[in-house]
Amino acid sequence: MTTVIDVHGLRKTYGTIVAVDEVSFQVEAGEIFGIVGPNGAGKTTTVECLEAQRKPDGGTIRVLGLDPQRDGQQLRERIGVQLQEANLPDRLRVWEALDLFASFYRRSVDWEKLLDQLGLAEKRNAPFAKLSGGQKQRLFIALSLINNPEVVFLDELTTGLDPQARHLMWDLVRSVREQGKTVLLTTHFMEEAERLCDRVAVMNRGKIIALDTPRNLILGLKAKTRIIFEVNGRFDSSLLDEVAVRVEREGNRVVVYGEGDNPLSAVVQTLERQGCGFHDLHTEQPNLEDVFLALTGDLQTTK
Amino acid sequence: MRVLGKLIFVQTKLFLREPAAFFFTLIFPALLLILFGAIFGNTPDPRLHSTLGYIDYEVPGLAAVIIATVALMSVPVAVAGEREKQILRRYRATPLRPATYLTATNCVYFGMALMGMFFLIVVAKVFFGLRFEGNWLSVLGGFTLSALAFFSVGYVVASLSPTARVAQVIGQLAFFPMMFLSGAAFPAQIMPANVRRVSEALPLTYVVRLLQGLWSGDALGGHLPEIGILVAMVLVGTFVSSRTFRWE
Repeated sequence: MTTVIDVHGLRKTYGTIVAVDEVSFQVEAGEIFGIVGPNGAGKTTTVECLEAQRKPDGGTIRVLGLDPQRDGQQLRERIGVQLQEANLPDRLRVWEALDLFASFYRRSVDWEKLLDQLGLAEKRNAPFAKLSGGQKQRLFIALSLINNPEVVFLDELTTGLDPQARHLMWDLVRSVREQGKTVLLTTHFMEEAERLCDRVAVMNRGKIIALDTPRNLILGLKAKTRIIFEVNGRFDSSLLDEVAVRVEREGNRVVVYGEGDNPLSAVVQTLERQGCGFHDLHTEQPNLEDVFLALTGDLQTTK
Repeated sequence: MRVLGKLIFVQTKLFLREPAAFFFTLIFPALLLILFGAIFGNTPDPRLHSTLGYIDYEVPGLAAVIIATVALMSVPVAVAGEREKQILRRYRATPLRPATYLTATNCVYFGMALMGMFFLIVVAKVFFGLRFEGNWLSVLGGFTLSALAFFSVGYVVASLSPTARVAQVIGQLAFFPMMFLSGAAFPAQIMPANVRRVSEALPLTYVVRLLQGLWSGDALGGHLPEIGILVAMVLVGTFVSSRTFRWE
């Protein structure tokens, strides 16, 4: 595997605020690599340093073997960038934007095909201001792909989109990777990172506090499967002491944290043996959100 | 060059899609000319010149108004607006060079000002039998220098304004006194002496003097003070805006 992005000891401060604090990571060719974290964690600043948009205060960065500060012009030819916040002139039409941006690069792809791929063909003559949030976002993805880039940076791709548009974006990102491109994305939706990314760096307060595949991060948490059900009236939680790690009760709702190979059947069997009536039983697997909550130790996460 | 050409073409289209900019640059000066022509006519006026009339002075005067309109109303609002809406940042993420962007923007605004002046000349010729005593190349040279001087001020306003709204207010505060007091809309020759003292302090006055002088047959060499002031504006404006210009 070849390393496409190599970041070592990256540091960026704004006045007295340390936005990025000694961040190091590598991204391999063909990966979808995610940086997750709450707003203000330093995700965007990190990505903007890689894109040659911002000058770091310390550390070394290599993207495709290039130093963004020294070889910015060369680098911009070979990467695709979708900024967290950006606009185009209100009256610029969709096709004009693609045609214009194509002219900025020495080599560009046929933007007519991009229009079709991104489902914008019907909107080719629409002015930018008349596009919906999802359409604007698709146009920005098209612009980020117009130079057939080797690495694509997607910053907060789905923020502000409805669930349907979000799922469309995920499919798009997967298809970008299928074309052999490397994708680095940031998000504060843990579900997005879990579904999309091969590896995830969890960032909080300027530092990377964990970096692994979503699956390993979840396994590493040693989190328990949650079994949730409602009881009718009387219920003695000590009944489950033998099969559960912990039992929480809130009104009629009971949450059991199980352990072992099959906590579900043990819990159900115990409840039936004791003649305890229950309904609406379901289980919840630990997910990346639990990992994040455990790692950051506070509750100010995914909105 | 390919990038520059494309950018000029696209920016021109965007300018022409902006109804207010289109109106104030291309239509409004011609309407003013028709209004003044209807009131004052264009018979030679000895207070102005032996063979030239009111309209013959108003055309170069309104050419100065067009330059000021583009430089103080269009440039600051457009550039500060593109920065405020993070459009410039999106351009910065591509290999587009800042100098190419600025050159294209200047070419477009210069072209629009030139078109405005051309339209003015056509209207004056058709309706009022416009007379011209000067040299076309000198007039074009004076027009270009004046545009560069005022555009560089426009970029200073764009650079110092945090938002497009602020840029608009500053631009208008600079524009309106100059339009009425510089001799651009009303000939300086018919103004009272104390108003003329105020107009001495307004940069547009020198544009009006230069263009009216060249129009009535003066040589470029006869307007060295005006040319000196405008060249100084280009140098200072370019220096200040290159130091203060921000992409985000």
